Amino acid sequence: MSDLSSIQPVVQAKGLIKTFGRVVGLNSANLELYPGEVLAVIGDNGAGKSTLIKCISGAETPDSGEIMIDNEVVSFKSSLDARAYGIETVYQTLAVAPALDIASNLYLGREKRKSGILGSVFRKLDHSGMRTTAKEQMTKLGIGTLQDMSQAVETLSGGQRQAVSVARAEAFGSKVVILDEPTAALGVRESNQVLKMIELMRDRGLPIILISHNMPQVFEVADRIHVQRLGSRAAVVTPQTHTMNDAVAIMTGALKVDEKDQALRPVRVPATA
Amino acid sequence: MSTPTTTDAEALIENLDRKGPMHHFHHALHKYPWISPGIVLLVAVIIFGLINHRFWAISNLSLITQQVSIVGAIAVAQTLVILTAGIDLSVGAVAVLASMVMAKTAAEQGVPGPLALLLGFAVGAAAGALNGFLITKLKLPPFIVTLGTLSIFMALTLIYATGRTINADKMGDAASVLLWLGTPIQVGGFKITYGVVAMILMYVIFSWILKNTAWGKHVYAVGDDPAAASLAGIRVNRVLFSVYLVGGIVLAIAGWIAIGRVGSASPTILPDANLESITAVVIGGTSLFGGRGTMFGTLIGAILVGVVSNGLVLAGLDQAYKVLAIGILVIVSVALDQWIRKVRS
Ligand SMILES: Nc1ncnc2c1ncn2[C@@H]1O[C@H](COP(=O)(O)OP(=O)(O)OP(=O)(O)O)[C@@H](O)[C@H]1O
Ligand SMILES: [Mg+2]
Repeated sequence: MSDLSSIQPVVQAKGLIKTFGRVVGLNSANLELYPGEVLAVIGDNGAGKSTLIKCISGAETPDSGEIMIDNEVVSFKSSLDARAYGIETVYQTLAVAPALDIASNLYLGREKRKSGILGSVFRKLDHSGMRTTAKEQMTKLGIGTLQDMSQAVETLSGGQRQAVSVARAEAFGSKVVILDEPTAALGVRESNQVLKMIELMRDRGLPIILISHNMPQVFEVADRIHVQRLGSRAAVVTPQTHTMNDAVAIMTGALKVDEKDQALRPVRVPATA
Repeated sequence: MSTPTTTDAEALIENLDRKGPMHHFHHALHKYPWISPGIVLLVAVIIFGLINHRFWAISNLSLITQQVSIVGAIAVAQTLVILTAGIDLSVGAVAVLASMVMAKTAAEQGVPGPLALLLGFAVGAAAGALNGFLITKLKLPPFIVTLGTLSIFMALTLIYATGRTINADKMGDAASVLLWLGTPIQVGGFKITYGVVAMILMYVIFSWILKNTAWGKHVYAVGDDPAAASLAGIRVNRVLFSVYLVGGIVLAIAGWIAIGRVGSASPTILPDANLESITAVVIGGTSLFGGRGTMFGTLIGAILVGVVSNGLVLAGLDQAYKVLAIGILVIVSVALDQWIRKVRS
């Protein structure tokens, strides 16, 4: 256990405050994500889960508070800045361009160019290369039924679109992967596939933040569970120390957990990838 | 009552079957939005020719391409802007302003042709940059910005030109360069001009860019859903600004084409260029809501507008019928676009 006590967080948010006009999205929220762990974030609708991870992924800028990556204070102006740190996010709204095809969406913002003069001078994209990788990614996700990677995303079902988003994060995440309700629109088989992929990424040593309303799912994959309530963190528990009913009680404020009973330190020894 | 009978189910299945070909057509239109204007163009060419055989004469078809060259070139810039879900009402004014700068610097300051051209391009780029700046930095809607700059550029042109037309003979040595795009060439019986070639080249080039470069993909993504594009890591404002900037340069080239076609530079040519360019884009299957459309479609749209104008005149009909026909085409195109956007697998 001595190695656990010396572990430093990969991502640390301290006292984040974010208001939207008179609505308080985050009210001094904290979060720590440790290497190699799956941190679930749960909470009622409007508890500030999406806002919290948007601050970490650069999509929102907090009014005040600090975000640290590997103990270094960062200030992200856009999601592009967070990406540069290897932080990939699947947003609740998916953030896909509906009229573009699957491969283009997978590579949106970091397109692969052809080698040689065609790529360097004429900036020609490597369509076939991107399609091949896209196909591999989708198959990995168990969405092998999608044959045509040049199909527009808007012609896909909700679940298939979600799969495109998850595949994108999996393909590019190198430091942290954040998933905001990635299985909300998925069928049972596809959900399980995403859970498997989360475990796969974790086993590669990649830490993951998973937002979900699906308690059984959360209790299955999470190492620690961050319970968000009214814009701040109510408690951090583990599936071993608390039940689903406890978690719901914390969410609603019916149960308070003493700080010494919380899981504020890592519980998983990170996989060495 | 709620339990479906066998006949209900059969009717349902039959219905599904009947939906088959329509469904495929819907999908084809979704993937290739230029198909419908293409069909209309084909039908129009056949009908106008049947009404008046002179329509099919090579000389007439050549004339149509020349008539289309200016608005066609302007519509390249308009397509880029509309793909980003914007609109540019100042396109005609920018083209005219650039052409006046080319002609007047040559005529009055004796600036050599190539330099006069560059000055015109610089003015086009500056005009586009101004639009882009107001839209991205001041966050004003493109419609309002370009409505304002339309008046500003028109006024600047009139003030700068002191209301006068500059004819070719006044342009001095620069005339050969400034009028170069008016040079006629024979292409297998067709008499076209370098201006027509320049316009078509712009379509080929921008078509390629939109399909094959990251910038092209970003133009579509920004028009489709700017919030999503931004979350996906695209610098939305940078893309928007670049579209107006590049559009300004394209418009200066259109101004150059206009000098060659008309044989002079005048502050009052192209009165209908704004609406005609928007018409060409919309008829060509590009969505006014952004993110959807092709350069090729716009080219077909521009040619269709030219064909309808020319054909109705040859059919002995009044100018008013041209306006009527184009109005109908626009509304049908937008209605079709709404339907196409509903596609789902
Ligand atoms: N862009 C915004 N403008 C105004 N209010 C916002 C905005 N984004 C979030 N909020 C508000 O901030 C609060 C937290 O919202 P957030 O989306 O973070 O909740 P959430 O926990 O993700 O909820 P859900 O489970 O429904 O996704 C809500 O009251 C919401 O209305
Ligand atoms: Mg949310």
